[in-house]
Amino acid sequence: MYKVAVLGDRDSIYGFAAIGLDTYPVDNTTEAAKKLKELADGRYAVIYITEGLQAELETEIDNYISSQLPAIIPIPGISGNTGRGMRNVKKSVERAVGSDIIFNND
Amino acid sequence: MANTQVNPTRMELTRLKKKLATATRGHKLLKDKRDELMRRFLDMVRENKSLREKVEAGIHAANKNFVLARSVMVDEILNVSLMAPRQEVYLDTYTKNVMSVDIPEFEYKTKTPDENDIYPYGYAFTSSDLDDAVKSLANILPDMLKLAEVEKSCQLMAAEIEKTRRRVNALEHVMIPDMQQKIKYIVMKLDENERSTQIRLMKVKDMMLEAAHNYSEKYGR
Repeated sequence: MYKVAVLGDRDSIYGFAAIGLDTYPVDNTTEAAKKLKELADGRYAVIYITEGLQAELETEIDNYISSQLPAIIPIPGISGNTGRGMRNVKKSVERAVGSDIIFNND
Repeated sequence: MANTQVNPTRMELTRLKKKLATATRGHKLLKDKRDELMRRFLDMVRENKSLREKVEAGIHAANKNFVLARSVMVDEILNVSLMAPRQEVYLDTYTKNVMSVDIPEFEYKTKTPDENDIYPYGYAFTSSDLDDAVKSLANILPDMLKLAEVEKSCQLMAAEIEKTRRRVNALEHVMIPDMQQKIKYIVMKLDENERSTQIRLMKVKDMMLEAAHNYSEKYGR
């Protein structure tokens, strides 16, 4: 039985605790990297991570890109949508097709 | 390619021909796999895109509600209200095999089955904005989990497509032409050998006839 984790700055994620996800507020990048590793090796199938943090932990997240679990999914934080999540989708299109044919470079 | 050494023997020729047949068949199969994977991937990526738009909009709206709630409530009370969640989400994961890619499928269970029974606080000290905020987050949870499933699948499929594409290209542009060239070389070499043997035999026959009958003396050649 797996669970769902949310990783990010406290203000962005505290609400998710109310709907039953495990929230892990972190303040700095090193702490976040350590926590991410701990969560990914643990009993979490899905880890939502705020876009800001995702930008900083890109290399760590790429380690898990080809493994089946966990799915590390960027979500917008309190500071608004930076478009990083969409860029991720775009990246996988580019990887598969060779060029971006879904988003038409917008 | 041609400069790699190859033995011009019949055995080598048979071996290469068999290898070429396998490579051609493998190329065709891999190409089919790539096309089908691509078709499914494109469907899935479109779904991914629309789900992500929906989830991002939902989270944005929920965040707005939370900011509102925070502005009308004392921080301590807000923290205490969300301190002990009543709801918990569990995931069961299954794998589905799509063209040899194992993609995950999630099935989620919540601790309290009643979706209106999620508020982990009494209503006495909290503002109704907090209720709205929690509700709006709870509403997008199914979509968020679906997004996780689809996005992970997309990543896995993209990796597989890339791999398959490389294989197809390697077979099509390197392996198969290379083998065809080697086969051509061997066939030409063998033909050439055969011709030279034939000529040698004809020459020997001429010489033997000459020795036996002395044609050139008789007919003044």
